Amino acid sequence: MNTLTWNKKLLSSLALALVLAACKSTPMVNKPVVEDKSPAQSAAAEPANSGADTSAIKEVNIDSSATGNNPLKDPNNILSKRNVYFAFDSDAVAAEFKPMLEAHAKYLLANTNAKMILQGNTDDRGTSEYNLSLGQRRSVAVKKSLNLLGVQDKQIETVSFGKEKATPGCTDDACAKLNRRVDVVYENE
Amino acid sequence: MFLQTAINFLNLNVLKFAFSFYSSIKQHIHKDIKQPMNLFRLVIISASFLMASAANAALEIEISGGGAQQVPVAIVPFGGANTQQNISSIINADLKRSGLFRVLETGGVTSRPTEISQIKYAEWAALQAQAIAVGNVEAMPGNRLKVTFQLADVLKQSQLTGMQYNIAPNQLRTTAHKIADAIYQKLTGESGIFASRIAYINKTKGRYALQVADADGENPLTMVSSNEPIISPSWSPDGSKIAYVSFEKKKPIIYLQSLSGQRSVLANFKGNNSAPSWAPDGSRLAIVLTYGANSQVYTINADGSGLKPLTKSSAIDTEPTWSTDGKWIYFSSDRGGKPQIYKVSSSGGEPQRVTFEGSYNVSPRFSPDGKSLAMIRNDGGKFRVALQDLTSGQVQLLSDGAQDESPSFAPNGRVLLYATRVGGRGALAGVSSDGRVKQRLSESGGDIREPAWGPLIK
Repeated sequence: MNTLTWNKKLLSSLALALVLAACKSTPMVNKPVVEDKSPAQSAAAEPANSGADTSAIKEVNIDSSATGNNPLKDPNNILSKRNVYFAFDSDAVAAEFKPMLEAHAKYLLANTNAKMILQGNTDDRGTSEYNLSLGQRRSVAVKKSLNLLGVQDKQIETVSFGKEKATPGCTDDACAKLNRRVDVVYENE
Repeated sequence: MFLQTAINFLNLNVLKFAFSFYSSIKQHIHKDIKQPMNLFRLVIISASFLMASAANAALEIEISGGGAQQVPVAIVPFGGANTQQNISSIINADLKRSGLFRVLETGGVTSRPTEISQIKYAEWAALQAQAIAVGNVEAMPGNRLKVTFQLADVLKQSQLTGMQYNIAPNQLRTTAHKIADAIYQKLTGESGIFASRIAYINKTKGRYALQVADADGENPLTMVSSNEPIISPSWSPDGSKIAYVSFEKKKPIIYLQSLSGQRSVLANFKGNNSAPSWAPDGSRLAIVLTYGANSQVYTINADGSGLKPLTKSSAIDTEPTWSTDGKWIYFSSDRGGKPQIYKVSSSGGEPQRVTFEGSYNVSPRFSPDGKSLAMIRNDGGKFRVALQDLTSGQVQLLSDGAQDESPSFAPNGRVLLYATRVGGRGALAGVSSDGRVKQRLSESGGDIREPAWGPLIK
């Protein structure tokens, strides 16, 4: 009988110890850090300073899309134009962007492996998620213009940055107007 | 009629009180500049000091306003082992911040009881204290601390509650929050929230970090950081994981990450993947996908399986949030022309419109008691936090900023945390759900946004 009571006491103090030990908080590990491995940065890496003298050697790239006369990169080619701007609270594609979109449609139809990403943006008024949807509506509007010119959906991805890339604190419309746009980007650019 | 007058009178007094409370805090802060170890530091006044310690700076807190009826309580400085920061100052700050307590100045009382048997009740009755908290911190073998605490009713001269914690020294702050929660719970009858945590995005020098901090803004820890934006953190109901949207792959993708560092992709479909919101039972989430069209609401299991479309419209449907009972999903949509809040059964069906006042109501969030809905309303060009009573339909504007966003209820529903802008930078602000107490948290070098208040951890 006595032993039993003692055992009970032991058990309850064990339980108490367990409860107290459970007070330990789990530490939060300061990881992982997201490394930005986007092509924009790695592709921009200069070959210089690698130890060997590379200045006398010029690599010949036979990849057709990377030749010196890449029409997408040629500043004199209309394909280097990449921004479609919008009026306040609007997703209507203005007529002034028609020639540029026609050129991109032609390029996509001629290069069926090429993939385009349309990135919608908004000014910084309103909430993050709602603006993400508004930016998406603009990239969809640009996609529809390209669809009308014969481009298939499989060559286009519509995404949005919402207001996340907007110049903060625009006080006039000249500034805010630049935020209301869709950027035309090609995959692996 | 009489009732209305009484309420107006009450509000007037609250305003007056708010002012005096605010100035008394400012005085405290002036002192603190000379004693930088103190807890309270004000953003503006001590800006230069903060610059120096910006690297690991915690969020700073400013409070204004106060409840109409505050419980006068005395927190006697805890006795015993010499610790870096007196545990009672943390308890003190927690209770003050809630706006529900008047924390009494104890400097004038000579006795320093550390347990109930030592309390000379007449001294504390003279201070008009209704309750008194005493405690002790004792160093134990093996680098442990024994923290004891007791709360007594001054009038009845009897114990209200008492606790003992055997902790590691780095758990002292958390223990102080737990003691503050115990006092709060005993004196208000509601759960305390001081031991809970908040998540938010801190943008510093062009880099975005998802951080988690104690509810008082201390102990900020980075869960993940990136050169591309991170938005929409959402806590799992058990507090072990956060779902969020990262643009690290140049498009919005939803990730799940546990506080211990386990990270996985929840949704990476063509187009946008955004606005994650956990179901109350933690089994699935509502998310927003676009594919090649406008935002639409879907549900997905927490393991990434079982994707189901929930809304089917050609309009924008986004920002889903679950009702407290899990039966409904509220979302914002411009299907009627302007963005308004709608609800749809979480098992699917025809959506019904919820908001009718105003031309822009977005970011719905359910109160924990399920009785009201917080949202962001465009009020004459200013984006503010509003609260709609779901029974009466009545709406109250709670915040007074111009670009307020991301309302998030404290787990006990008493306070809403939201993002505001101060001097061109993002800062966090809090407002009691009755609109009376306002607080502002901001960090020295950073641009803080997208707050999400975590659940109570039992």
